[in-house]
Amino acid sequence: MPAPSNHSGMHCSTGHTISILPGRTRTGEHEPFDRIDIGPGDTISIVGPTGSGKSAFISDIEVFARGDTATGRTILVDGRLPDEAFVRDPAQKPVALITQNTRCLTDLTVRDFLAMHVRSRKIEKQGIIGETIALANEFTGEKITEEARMTALSGGQTRSLMVADAIMVSCAPLILLDEVENAGIFKDRVIDVLRLHHKALIFVTHDPLVALMSDRRIVMKNGGVAKVLEPNGSEVAALRSAKEMNVLLSRMRERIREGDLITGVA
Amino acid sequence: MKLVIVAGPPSSGKTAVIRQIIRGIPGMATAYLKIDVTRAFEVEELVQEFGIPAKVVYSGDLCPDHAGVMVLADALSWAKNEGADLLIVESAGLCLRCAPYTTQALGLVVLSATSGIHTPLKMGSMVALADIAVITRTDLVSQAEKEVFSEHVREVNPSLELIETNAVQGTGMRYLLREVEQFPAITDAGTIHLRGEPPLGVCTICIGKKEIGWQNHFGVVRTLDGADYLYRGD
Ligand SMILES: Nc1ncnc2c1ncn2[C@@H]1O[C@H](COP(=O)(O)OP(=O)(O)OP(=O)(O)O)[C@@H](O)[C@H]1O
Ligand SMILES: Nc1nc2c(ncn2[C@@H]2O[C@H](COP(=O)(O)OP(=O)(O)O)[C@@H](O)[C@H]2O)c(=O)[nH]1
Ligand SMILES: [Mg+2]
Ligand SMILES: [Mg+2]
Ligand SMILES: [Zn+2]
Repeated sequence: MPAPSNHSGMHCSTGHTISILPGRTRTGEHEPFDRIDIGPGDTISIVGPTGSGKSAFISDIEVFARGDTATGRTILVDGRLPDEAFVRDPAQKPVALITQNTRCLTDLTVRDFLAMHVRSRKIEKQGIIGETIALANEFTGEKITEEARMTALSGGQTRSLMVADAIMVSCAPLILLDEVENAGIFKDRVIDVLRLHHKALIFVTHDPLVALMSDRRIVMKNGGVAKVLEPNGSEVAALRSAKEMNVLLSRMRERIREGDLITGVA
Repeated sequence: MKLVIVAGPPSSGKTAVIRQIIRGIPGMATAYLKIDVTRAFEVEELVQEFGIPAKVVYSGDLCPDHAGVMVLADALSWAKNEGADLLIVESAGLCLRCAPYTTQALGLVVLSATSGIHTPLKMGSMVALADIAVITRTDLVSQAEKEVFSEHVREVNPSLELIETNAVQGTGMRYLLREVEQFPAITDAGTIHLRGEPPLGVCTICIGKKEIGWQNHFGVVRTLDGADYLYRGD
């Protein structure tokens, strides 16, 4: 296990175990699992067709569902219904969600926006804004500057910054990512960095490489969990070839962007 | 009977929040009063959905918050006659000078997290005099924006209870329902009065004089560069 890098803020608390208790599918069937536990450093991918309830699943975790969402699921923290402060006090809330449609509506510069968030968290750590932007820039090829306006950032830049903010400022031990593979973000890099920071990570994905990078895979169908897969190393070969193909595709993508004609695969 | 008064800018999610209250406390007989300026659609919708007694009052030329206060005593008798345990009043949410909250009522301000992080700072007494801020559309913004938005709400009113929700789905509503359930019933309807000081802003435009420029008006007037209001005698 790699040691957490010096990125992680000293104000970040340690992880908790978050458990999901089953609810119902869209047609009312009970979900076929007893309980899904997520501990510090775990990675889980959520897969399934469009409309199968992937976003609803991670939203249940984000709001600490208590039988009060469409799915009827319940979320426990460390084996119990969470204390109210866990749910309502952002400084104690152990999860951060980066949604499918995370857009920033605030018309401020990146620096001022982060400064405001840092202030609202009462964090006094020097240089945290610069570190957060630097981390975000590890996730995206389109460089984010301090002076850029939040509303002018691309989708990929916004998500990169929000992931970096969740790590550095929110210090969330569990990060939920909804379809991080969308344009302009180095998805495998994000996952590697989150692992390095020992974050638990749940990501909704349609991308084979991202799906294969997790320890467990939840398959959704008709609004409910259909399966929980634990490959236990049996997918190592598939992951290796997915990585190779990804390198190939990335190289091609770069050349296509540069305006080259692609006449060979190397 | 309990009284809940809901304010907030147009389309911030007031009706969506009220639906969640009605749905979430099924044991409580609810009556609903909507105050609006010219048009409102809530009454038909809520009657159809919940079959509850509901009424709309159009304020026309009057400030909608003032109109609400004018009709409130009548509305309390009406709701009582209807056998209601709870009267919910939804304001028009247009007047940023006034606030519709009264004593012996739970005052909710509904603010949309997508309306920009500075919105709470612009809402004046609507936020400052409320008991609870319900922050809607938290499903559409990032964690960071949610936090900064809440921070600004607290800046205006540090004692405000904050409840974040996706009002369409009803997430986080359990905390609001608890506040409504625990809130005391009206003890003496005869002594209910408006909270805070209403603005004493009556000028000659209010009574129909249409010329531009303060030179043409009396009462409370103001100039472009003078930061203070002046009183110009009749
Ligand atoms: N168990 C359930 N019961 C009732 N409604 C559900 C359930 N699960 C999901 N839904 C609803 O179904 C709709 C589609 O679900 P969701 O958005 O989670 O799908 P998705 O898998 O994320 O799709 P996409 O890949 O298109 O993003 C949502 O409105 C959601 O609230
Ligand atoms: N996504 C989302 N939509 C919301 C939320 N709250 C309200 N809406 C939608 O916003 C619109 C306006 O809400 P409404 O309750 O009528 O606002 P009002 O004018 O303040 O009463 C409606 O279409 C609601 O469904 C929310 O929390 N999330
Ligand atoms: Mg989705
Ligand atoms: Mg309404
Ligand atoms: Zn007014």
